[in-house]
Amino acid sequence: MTDTAEHSGPMMAADGTPLKTSLNRALRRQKLRALMLIAPLLIFVLVTFIAPIADMLFRSIENQIVSDTLPRTTAELADWDGDSGELPGPAIFESLYKDIFIAQERKLHTRLGSRLNYELTGVSSLFRKSGRRVDDMGEVYQDQFEDLNSFWKKGENWNALLGSDSWMTAQSSWNEDSGSAQPAFEIRAELSALLPETAATYAIFADFVQNEDEDNLLSEDPWAIVYSALYEDLSAGADVSGYSGPGATELQEAAALAADFEVVDFTAAFEDIDEDWHNIEVWQTIQTYSPEFTSGYFLNAVDMKKGLDGAEMRPENEQLYIKLFIRTFIMSMAITCSCILLGYPVAWILANLPARTANLLMILVLLPFWTSLLVRTSAWKVMLQQQGVINDTLVWLGVVADDSRLALINNQTGTIIAMTHILLPFMILPLYSVMKTIPPTYLRAAKSLGATNWTAFWRVYFPQSVPGIGAGSILVFILAIGYYITPELVGGTTGTFISNRIAYHISSSLNWGLAAALGAILLAVVLGLYWAYDRIVGIDNVKLGG
Amino acid sequence: MADTSNADAFVEFERVQKSYDGENLVVKDLNLFMPKGEFLTMLGPSGSGKTTCLMMLAGFETATHGDIRLDGQSINNIPPHKRGIGMVFQNYALFPHMTVAENLSFPLEVRKMGKSEREEKVKRALDMVQMGAFGGRRPAQMSGGQQQRVALARALVFEPELVLMDEPLGALDKQLRETLQFEITNLAHDLGITVVYVTHDQTEALTMSDRVAVFDDGRIQQLAPPDKLYEEPENSFVAQFIGENNTLEGVVKEIKGDSCLVQLDGGELIDAKPVNVTAAGDRTRVSIRPERVEYNKDRLSPDAHTLKAEVLEFIYMGDIFRTRLRVAGTDEFVIKTRNAPDVERLKPGQQIEIGWLPEDCRALDS
Repeated sequence: MTDTAEHSGPMMAADGTPLKTSLNRALRRQKLRALMLIAPLLIFVLVTFIAPIADMLFRSIENQIVSDTLPRTTAELADWDGDSGELPGPAIFESLYKDIFIAQERKLHTRLGSRLNYELTGVSSLFRKSGRRVDDMGEVYQDQFEDLNSFWKKGENWNALLGSDSWMTAQSSWNEDSGSAQPAFEIRAELSALLPETAATYAIFADFVQNEDEDNLLSEDPWAIVYSALYEDLSAGADVSGYSGPGATELQEAAALAADFEVVDFTAAFEDIDEDWHNIEVWQTIQTYSPEFTSGYFLNAVDMKKGLDGAEMRPENEQLYIKLFIRTFIMSMAITCSCILLGYPVAWILANLPARTANLLMILVLLPFWTSLLVRTSAWKVMLQQQGVINDTLVWLGVVADDSRLALINNQTGTIIAMTHILLPFMILPLYSVMKTIPPTYLRAAKSLGATNWTAFWRVYFPQSVPGIGAGSILVFILAIGYYITPELVGGTTGTFISNRIAYHISSSLNWGLAAALGAILLAVVLGLYWAYDRIVGIDNVKLGG
Repeated sequence: MADTSNADAFVEFERVQKSYDGENLVVKDLNLFMPKGEFLTMLGPSGSGKTTCLMMLAGFETATHGDIRLDGQSINNIPPHKRGIGMVFQNYALFPHMTVAENLSFPLEVRKMGKSEREEKVKRALDMVQMGAFGGRRPAQMSGGQQQRVALARALVFEPELVLMDEPLGALDKQLRETLQFEITNLAHDLGITVVYVTHDQTEALTMSDRVAVFDDGRIQQLAPPDKLYEEPENSFVAQFIGENNTLEGVVKEIKGDSCLVQLDGGELIDAKPVNVTAAGDRTRVSIRPERVEYNKDRLSPDAHTLKAEVLEFIYMGDIFRTRLRVAGTDEFVIKTRNAPDVERLKPGQQIEIGWLPEDCRALDS
């Protein structure tokens, strides 16, 4: 016999393992089974709902497009002082030339233009225009090299010069129709050290031809920027005299004569394309949006922008979103309040009628759920318009004059009326199920204690129905704040919500980053309200029934 | 029926009727007079109309016909909150969103009482039910017994002269119920309040009340103090309903003043006391309490009629023995004997003879 009273330390199960371990083991199977049961739904929700939402929200800060498209320019712009009022130096314009050249080959420059156009109007057309004309700029060098020696005209000569010997052998024996992969281009190590810029640029060209165009590199002539890169290397004083591989003679000849080449002034050339390139604001914008992550979308979503000294308000006439947010909140509150006012008495009646009658009335409450949302909203259009049923009736009754019919639709009134109607069941149902659990004896008790009908209701019944009001309000408010179809159809211009703006940016302006930022703010505000509600009322006080 | 005169009645029901559907009367011609300070229990099976009567008195139901008076004043048209009647409910009906102290303070607040006076009264009322330490608790944090104590204090805190209790102990376990029965009775007598108590538990009715009104079928079947109710039931319903009871059916052979001779359906003759039989030839149901049946021949008078009985079952219950017998064609005849050294423990199959004093056997309506 063991004396359990003297036993110290953790409790032990019969087989000597600690009781906790033993219990956990016993529960694990149960937990595992529970997890298996919810797994399909969980995976479905994660894959189709949570992950896309997370991805969308990520877009609100993501800004890699600028540094991805203009890698050289943004790197060099980091040292440029935008406040000085001076244009960036020629080196930056040269980088810009290379970046835009590569970008237009890859057809990415228009996307970057659209992106930057959100921040500064006009950038989109600037980039499109530059993309078209940037080709001509480098041809100055190309022509000079080609005039010097026809060797430079041929792509195969370039390949022989810059490609490694082993790669050339492989590439020459590669059969385009064989279906096997094209041997990846390999730079000649010797030249990579001597002519770093040329090697790097040619590598980009080779990669583009082989992998994006999927053409045979041997039959392609190089881009104009390869010539500019070669000129850059040679004029920087690259010593190619020691090189003895293929094309050594031509390279040494070019090196000797390059000093006499006509030099392209990229700064002037860009001004020639569009004088906006000499607008300091454009450069400030590119610099501001160089980092991979930006708060720009969020600032934009609250009517601010990135200025020289950090965030600043947009001009009065460009402010839109704060007003829309406030309108969305005020109208959602108005809808919630009118739902409470209309729903409370109905719920009370339902909860206090005999079950048979209550069920019949409940069907009437639920009826809207069985009708399409669009049908109901369209019905309101018919009812509320100036020549609609309500106005006709009021005119017929003589309440309003025929020439001063009420404007009930395409404004806030219309949105509030239609949405109150649509969301009313979401208020009545939780109210009803909470009221159902309040026994009538409480009211009797209050009256027997001397309370009048009103006091009994207000001091005893109402506080107990607050959880229902809370649940209904949260439900209605959160649904209302994100509502889209009804405000779109009956809201006109003054009765639309922030969600309509988000939809516009998703489907029309394609500014997904801004849409994501607006959505993220909406989500944060709703969560914040939920938290505040929890602190003030307590989430335990929210009952959907029982 | 009422043994209190009309003049000093505090609560009066006069020819009160109540119908919910216009077809059936739930309460049929109720007449009841209660003096001040009385503890009256309305006892009856469910659907007998007792709760309806209580609700009419509280003002939650209106009488279809008749007059209800409180302290001489008709209260038919006074709304419940102006009647000043305290009420205790079966499910306590403590307001769940208020603390105990707030619950008690509520009736005082609606009477616009000052804060200090309120606090003092709440404290006194809570101390009265030994719940002084629970003022800050919420109802959900207390046991059923504690909640009912608080409900009682709440019904008393505004010092009503009449308190109604609607099966207040129905949801409690037996032991707690007995403690609270005792406490409620003491409290009612100490405070001198008038109490109308509704229950379907006859033990509760007998132990607590000054008088018990037995309801059945919308009528008061008997209104009497507990001892009278138990020992002298006026009809067979009351005899059946209150306590355990043996009934035998038969016909009255002759009536001689305080005693009559009844011939049972099996032909046996027994002595009984005529209660509501009037003449020879009436069918009757005689009622004998199990503890008044005697099988020890020495204790029976020599000329008493006796019946032959066979012991079917002997149950040892601690303080008493409960023996089931086959008598005059019924298997359900029960006798109870005190567990004492000189009492014979009967064995199943044993043949005995039983008898009783004529006044213990009441010939009632059939």
